[in-house]
Amino acid sequence: MAALAGVDFTLAKGEIHGLVGENGAGKSTLMNIIAGVHPEYEGTMRINGAVVKFRSIRDSLAAGIGMVHQELSIVPELSVAENVLLGVQPTNRLGLIDWKAMYREAEAQLSRLGIRVDPRAPIGRLPLGLQQLVELARVLFSGARIVILDEPTSALSPPEVDVLFSLLRRVRDSGRSIIFISHFLDDILHVSDTITIFRNGRRIATAPARDIDKAWIIERMIGAGHRELEESYTGEIMLNSRPDAQVVLTAEGLAAIGAFRDVSLQVRAGEVLGIYGFLGSGQLELARALFGKLPIAAGTLRIDGRAARLRSTAAARRAGIAFVPESRRSMLFAQEPVYKNVSVSILDRISRLWVRPSAEREIARQHVGRLQIRPPRVERRLNTLSGGNQQKVALAKWLTHLPRVLVLSEPTRGMDVGAKDDVMTIVRSLRAQGIGVVVVSTEPETVLSLADRILVMKRGTITREFANEVVSKDRLLAAA
Amino acid sequence: MSSPPADATIRNRTGPTMAWLRGQLRNIAPFATLLALAILFSVASPSFATFDNLANILQQVSVTGIIAVGLTFVILCAEIDLSVASLANATGIVLAFFTAQDASVNIANIPLPGVAAVVLAVLASLALGAVNAFGLTVIGIPSFIMTLAMLQIGAGICALLVRGQIAYNVPDFIATLGNGAIGPLPWIVVVAAVILLLGHVVLTYTRFGRYVYMVGGNREAAEYSGINVKLILAAVMLVSAVCSGIGGMLGVAHFGSAQQNEFDNYLLDSISAVVVGGTSLFGGQGGIGNTVVGLLVLGVLNNGLDHVRIDSFLKILIRGLILLLALIINVYAQRLRTREAAAG
Ligand SMILES: Nc1ncnc2c1ncn2[C@@H]1O[C@H](COP(=O)(O)OP(=O)(O)OP(=O)(O)O)[C@@H](O)[C@H]1O
Ligand SMILES: [Mg+2]
Repeated sequence: MAALAGVDFTLAKGEIHGLVGENGAGKSTLMNIIAGVHPEYEGTMRINGAVVKFRSIRDSLAAGIGMVHQELSIVPELSVAENVLLGVQPTNRLGLIDWKAMYREAEAQLSRLGIRVDPRAPIGRLPLGLQQLVELARVLFSGARIVILDEPTSALSPPEVDVLFSLLRRVRDSGRSIIFISHFLDDILHVSDTITIFRNGRRIATAPARDIDKAWIIERMIGAGHRELEESYTGEIMLNSRPDAQVVLTAEGLAAIGAFRDVSLQVRAGEVLGIYGFLGSGQLELARALFGKLPIAAGTLRIDGRAARLRSTAAARRAGIAFVPESRRSMLFAQEPVYKNVSVSILDRISRLWVRPSAEREIARQHVGRLQIRPPRVERRLNTLSGGNQQKVALAKWLTHLPRVLVLSEPTRGMDVGAKDDVMTIVRSLRAQGIGVVVVSTEPETVLSLADRILVMKRGTITREFANEVVSKDRLLAAA
Repeated sequence: MSSPPADATIRNRTGPTMAWLRGQLRNIAPFATLLALAILFSVASPSFATFDNLANILQQVSVTGIIAVGLTFVILCAEIDLSVASLANATGIVLAFFTAQDASVNIANIPLPGVAAVVLAVLASLALGAVNAFGLTVIGIPSFIMTLAMLQIGAGICALLVRGQIAYNVPDFIATLGNGAIGPLPWIVVVAAVILLLGHVVLTYTRFGRYVYMVGGNREAAEYSGINVKLILAAVMLVSAVCSGIGGMLGVAHFGSAQQNEFDNYLLDSISAVVVGGTSLFGGQGGIGNTVVGLLVLGVLNNGLDHVRIDSFLKILIRGLILLLALIINVYAQRLRTREAAAG
C-alpha cells in the first residue's frame, strides 16, 4: 500500500502554503520526503529548477529546508538553549561552546516568539506547548529557505498562535517559503496564501486562500454531507450543568509547587467539566496532579466521598481515575502493535497470570472500529499510523477501562474535523454512562464543544466559572 | 532575486520487504553472525563440528545462560545489573559455607542439611537483590551505580566467608546438577535450558512479562497507563538476583570449588550474550530468544577460537571486536526504528 500516489506539489517563493487533509491523508509523509526523512520514493523533486534527491535529513538541511515534525524532535534532557541552537551552538576562540552567548542568543530568539522561559531549564520539564515553541524557534531562526511546519500549533493557545502567525508573515515577506499543516481550518484560511487539500494519499485541490472558505475545504477533505461540522465550534453555547448528580471527585485547596494553587473543584457523575486557560496557566499540570503524576503539595482530594492520596499513577488508576495526556509520545508504545497499546490499561481485568492476546485483539478491534482508526488493523505497529490516528489509539486505551473520572488533556490535538466529531460523540456516550469527564485544554473550541460547565484558569488559579449560562469563544478568551 | 518555484512530483515507494528486513535487523544480524561463525570454524578445524564439541559448547555457556536470563529482564526494562557475577559468586560461597567441608578447609562454616543450605543460599541472593531493588526504586539510585555498589558488596561477602580459602563441597544434588549427566547430556545444560524456557514463557505469555516490555518500551507511557513501574523494576532486580544465585550455585558445583573472584568473567559474558543477541540496550525490544542466539554466538566464538591455531592474546581482541560490532548493530537498529517513529 502506497501512502502517496502521483502527487504533484508546487511551493512558490515567498508564500505560506497551507496543507490540510484527514488523519492519514499523507501530509506528514509528503513533508518527510521533502525533508529527507524518507529517502525512498518515486518521482522527482526540484528546488529552484534543479533536481535534488535527499538521502538524509542532513542533505535537506544543507539545501535550506527546515522542518518542525508533528512528533517533536527535541532532546528532553538538554536545556532550552541547547535545543534552540542544536547543531549551531556558538563557540569561542578555543572552539569550546560559549555558554553565555548561547543563553543570550536563545533568550533573544525565544522572546521574538513572545515567550519567556529560563534558557537553562531542561526542556523535558516544560509543557508540550512551550516545547513546541522552542522547536519552532530553532527552525524559524535557522535561516532555512523552506520551512515546513507539521501541526505546529496543536498545543498552543491563541496568544502564542497570534505571535507565531505574525512571525510567519514576516518570514514570508523576507522571501522565504513556508508549508503549514494544521487541522484548524480557520487558522489555515487566516494565515495561508495558497491551500492544498490531500485525501487518501492524493492531492485533491490547490487554490488561493482568498477564493475559498471552510465549507469548500471540508467538502474536499471529507466529502459533502458533513453539514453542521463547524457550528458546534463557534457561536454561542448554552451550558447546562447537572447540579443534582452525585459528586464523584472533589478537590479542595489543591496546590502543586510552581504550577497551581488553591484549586477547588467538583466533578459530578455524567458531567463534562471543561478547564480552560492559556499556556502556562496551570491547567495541564492540574490534570497531571489529578492522576498522581505530579506531587500535590497541599489540599485534599476525594473520590466518591473517600479521601484519596494519589502517590502514584497506579494508585490513581486504582482509585478510579484515568488520564490521557496531551503528548502521544508519553502515552503510547511506538514499537508495539495497536492492540497492545489499547489493552495495556485493562490487562489486569482480562488476565490474571497469562495474557490473552486473542481477547486483547478482540477488544482492540471493537474500539478501532468505534473510533474509525485507520488502517483498522490491530496488529500494525503503532508508529506506522498517522499522527491523528495515534491520538485516537491513546483515547481508545481508556474506553475499555470505564473509570469513575476520566481526565482528558487536549483530547482533540492533531485530529481532523471528522475525528473531532467522533471524539465528541464518544465523550457524550461516556457522560451518558455516568462517568465524570474533565476536559483540559488551551484550545477554546475543544472546551466549548465538549463541556457542560467551564472553569477558567489564569496564572495557576481558577478565576471564573461558567455554568448554566450562555458562553462564547470571545467570552472565554476574555476571562482567560 | 526571482527564482523558479520549487516543484516536486513524488510518489512513495518504501518497499515492504526492505522495510520488514530493516525492522528485523536486531534479530537477523545475531543469527547471521552465528551461522557465519559456525561455518567458518567448521571449515577451519575438523574437530569443531562434532557432536562432542557441541555438548562442550552448550556446557560452556550454561552458567552464563542462567545468569543472562535475569539480566535479559533487567535490560528489557532499560536498566542494568552489574552485580550479577558478584551475586552468583556470593550465592555459591554461601552454599558452600552451609555445607560440611573437609577438615583441611579452614573456614568458620556452619554445616546444614543440603536442602537448608540451598534455601539459605537462595534467600541470600534474594536479599541482595532486594537491596538492589530498594536502592533503585525507593531511593532512586540509577541501577548502573546501585549495582556497581552491590558488585563490591557481593565481593566483600565472598571475601569474608571464605577468607582466601577454597571450599570444595556442595550438597550432593547440586553437585549432580552442576557436574553430572544424563546419558550424553550434562545436567547443567538441561537446567539452563529449563530456566531459559521459563524466562521465555514468563516474558511472552504472562502479564508481568508484558509489563516488562511496556516499562522498557516507554516508561512514561507505562506510568500514564497506570502500571506500577517501580514494582516492575523491583521485580526484575529480584528475578536477576535469583537467576544469578542459581547460576552461582550450579557454577560452583560445575567448577568443583567455591572461591573468591571465581565468576569475574561472567559479568561481561552475560551482558555480551544479551546484547549480542540483539536485545535493545534502550529497553523494550528483544527477549530470551535473542539471548539464546547471543549465548551461542559467544559459545561458538570462545570454543572455536580454541580449535583453530590463534595467538591466545589475539583471542581477547577478537572477542572485543565482536562485542563492538554487536553494539553498533544494536544502536543502529534502534536508530532505524526511532527514525520511522519520528516520521509519524
Ligand atoms: N512508517 C510507516 N510505515 C507504513 N505506513 C505508514 C508509515 N507512516 C505512515 N504510514 C501510513 O501512511 C498514511 C499517511 O500517513 P501520514 O502520517 O502522512 O498522515 P497525515 O496526513 O500526516 O495524518 P495526520 O493528520 O493524522 O498526522 C497512513 O495511512 C499511515 O498509516
Ligand atoms: Mg501527520
